[in-house]
Amino acid sequence: MITSFIHRFSSPKSFVEVTARFFSYVMYLGLFLLATGWIWGLAFAPEDAIQGNSYRIIFLHVPASIFAQLIYFFMAVCALMHLVWRVKLAAYLIKSSAPVGALITFIALFSGSIWGIPTWGTWWQWDARITSTLILFIMYLGIITLHSSFSNAEKADRLMSILVVVGVVNIPIIKKSVDWWSTLHQPASITISEAPSIDLSMLYPLLISISGMGLTLIALGILISKLYIITREKTKKWVQNYV
Amino acid sequence: MLKSRQKRLQKFFIILLLSVAGISLVLFSLNSKLDLFYSPTEMLASELKLGSRIKLGGMVKIGSIRRVDTDIFFIVTDFESEVPVTFRGITPDLFKEDSGVVALGYYQNGSFIAEQIFAKHDENYMPPELMPVSKKNDS
Repeated sequence: MITSFIHRFSSPKSFVEVTARFFSYVMYLGLFLLATGWIWGLAFAPEDAIQGNSYRIIFLHVPASIFAQLIYFFMAVCALMHLVWRVKLAAYLIKSSAPVGALITFIALFSGSIWGIPTWGTWWQWDARITSTLILFIMYLGIITLHSSFSNAEKADRLMSILVVVGVVNIPIIKKSVDWWSTLHQPASITISEAPSIDLSMLYPLLISISGMGLTLIALGILISKLYIITREKTKKWVQNYV
Repeated sequence: MLKSRQKRLQKFFIILLLSVAGISLVLFSLNSKLDLFYSPTEMLASELKLGSRIKLGGMVKIGSIRRVDTDIFFIVTDFESEVPVTFRGITPDLFKEDSGVVALGYYQNGSFIAEQIFAKHDENYMPPELMPVSKKNDS
C-alpha cells in the first residue's frame, strides 16, 4: 500500500503539476508573513531588558537556524525514499534543496556572527553549537559538489543520498550541543516540553517570522526543483509537451 | 514488500547505524574537550600545565567587580569554587555582575590573567519593565 501511494505521488510530472497549482499562494503568504513578522519584530516589539535592541536579529537568526536543520532532515527523508524505494523524484528534491539549505545555513551563521559582536564581544568561537552548524554548512556544499562531480546522474543520485544519510547524525548533535557541552551559545528559548523563556510580546512576531520563512523557503524550493526536474528529464515526452 | 526493497532498507539502516556509531565514538573520546570552557571547579581540579592558555567560564560574583583605571578585577564563580580574574581592556556590553562570562587566559599564582573577555547571555528575553527589581538594580 505504501508502495502504490509513493508511486502515484512521486512521478516528477505530477510533482510539477501539483506544486504549480499552489505555488503562488505559498509564496505570497510566506512573503506576507515574513514582512509582518519582521516589521512587528523590528519596529513594534519591545526592546530586551539586557541586550537592548541588538536582540532583534533573533527574528532572522532563529528562523534561519531552524530551517537550516529542518531542510537537512527533509533531505534525509528523501534519501531514505530514494535508496529504498528508488524514487527518482526524491533524489531530484535532495539536489534542489541542498542549495537552499546551504544559503539558509550561511544566513544563520552570518546573522549569529553579527549578533555575537555586541553581545558576546566576539564574532566567532569554536563552541560546539557554532562548530556543528559550520559542519552542516560544509555538508550542504559537499552534497552539491559530490553530485556534480559525476557524469553518470543515477550513480550521483545514489552516492549523494548515502552522504545525506551519513550527515544526518549531525542534526541531533546541533540540536543538543548546547545541553551536552558548555558553550558560549545560550540554550533554546522555545522548546516543545517547556514554556518559552521569551516574553509573549516578542514570541508572537518570532513565530510569525518562522512560519513566513518556512513558506518562503518552500516556495523557493518548489521553484528550484521545478527547474531541475525539467532540466533532468528534458528528453522525456511530458517535458517537451509541458515546455 | 519486495525482497530487494527489504534488503535496501536493511542497507539504509546499516549505513545510518554505522555513521551514528562512528561519530558517537569520536564524540565520546573528545567529550570534555568539546567544552568551550572550564568551570572554576574543573579548572582547579585539573592539573594544568603552568601558564597554558585556557578558557574559564562561570558567573561574575555579585559585588566583585572592581575597576582601577583600565584594569578590571572580578571573581568568577560556579557557586562551588571561586577564581579571581584580572583583565585589562574593554569588556563587552553584557559583561556585568551576576551574569555569565568566559575569559581566555592563563592561571597563575592563584589568579586568572585574562587576555580576552566574552559575555555569555541566557535564553531569557523580556521587555525592561518586566525585569525583576533585584536584577534591575545590578545593571
